[in-house]
Amino acid sequence: MAGLMSRASLVVKAKFSKLLDRAEDPGETLDYSYEKQLELLQNVKRGIADVVTAKKRLELQETQLQQSVVKLDSQAREAVAAGREDLARQALERKSGLQQQLQTLDEQAKGLEQQQEKLVASEKALSAKVEAFRTQKETIKAQYSAAEAQVRIGEAATGIGEQMADTGLAIQRAKDKTEQMQARASAIDELTTSGALEDFTSDQTQLDRELGAIASKSQVDKELEQMKSELGSGEEKKEIGQ
Amino acid sequence: MIVRIMGEGQFEVDEEVAKGLNQLDEQSAQALEAGDRERLAELLERMAEAVRTNGARLPDEDLSPSEGIVPPPDLSLEEARELFEGEGLIPDLPSA
Repeated sequence: MAGLMSRASLVVKAKFSKLLDRAEDPGETLDYSYEKQLELLQNVKRGIADVVTAKKRLELQETQLQQSVVKLDSQAREAVAAGREDLARQALERKSGLQQQLQTLDEQAKGLEQQQEKLVASEKALSAKVEAFRTQKETIKAQYSAAEAQVRIGEAATGIGEQMADTGLAIQRAKDKTEQMQARASAIDELTTSGALEDFTSDQTQLDRELGAIASKSQVDKELEQMKSELGSGEEKKEIGQ
Repeated sequence: MIVRIMGEGQFEVDEEVAKGLNQLDEQSAQALEAGDRERLAELLERMAEAVRTNGARLPDEDLSPSEGIVPPPDLSLEEARELFEGEGLIPDLPSA
């Protein structure tokens, strides 16, 4: 069985030769290929813009979630002060859910950042190659006979074809990541509005959920105790004063 | 020979490095065949690292074709299948 390196090479070459097969004479092949390169450059620029937009949305959502965390925390305190442990527990549970979401958002933001870096690097490499190709194609057109040109075109086209496939993959991967992020962002928006925060964990396994619930419960218990003890000393004083 | 690390760029490596790469490459193919995701990821990363450390990076404007392409080290099994079946992973280039 052939190794992966040669198989990947073959796949990339096949993708690109399919594109070149459309043109008939060498000059046309060059111009057609160049056109496709420019299109791909546009696509990668658009891809970068999409990732930036997605990142902004994530950041906005993170800010909103952070505000909610602060609000829930103060609500829990109020509830404890009012002697409503049940409400305090509810608020802390929601807070804990939001904190888990914040962590996920943070991971997603890092993932998007990586995709952006890859896209930018890919755009830079493709730009440089497209420019080199443009110069070479004019030379090839001007200086070589049809037969010689064919060979040179083949070489230049394969070299740039690899970069095009590479860039195409980077765009595709960034798009997938952005779409995943958007789907999750919409879900969070919806759930934040409806308040059904428990459902956030629906993509986890049963075990993950149970472990999460235990961790979350002990965290809630701990915070509740802390709040009670902080406020408890106030209540005692009140009793003494009566 | 010229080797491309997909998503990173092209490098010129000498014969010794190429030999080492071929060995890792064979093992990678076996790992893929066996569906061993962790082993595949580890081997691809070792290949990429060998190229990065021992190879000389070609300038971006170089139009030379590569003799071998190292798949992206973070390739999932599913992506690997898509890649080698020639569909999906590398999107068709912009069409007319």
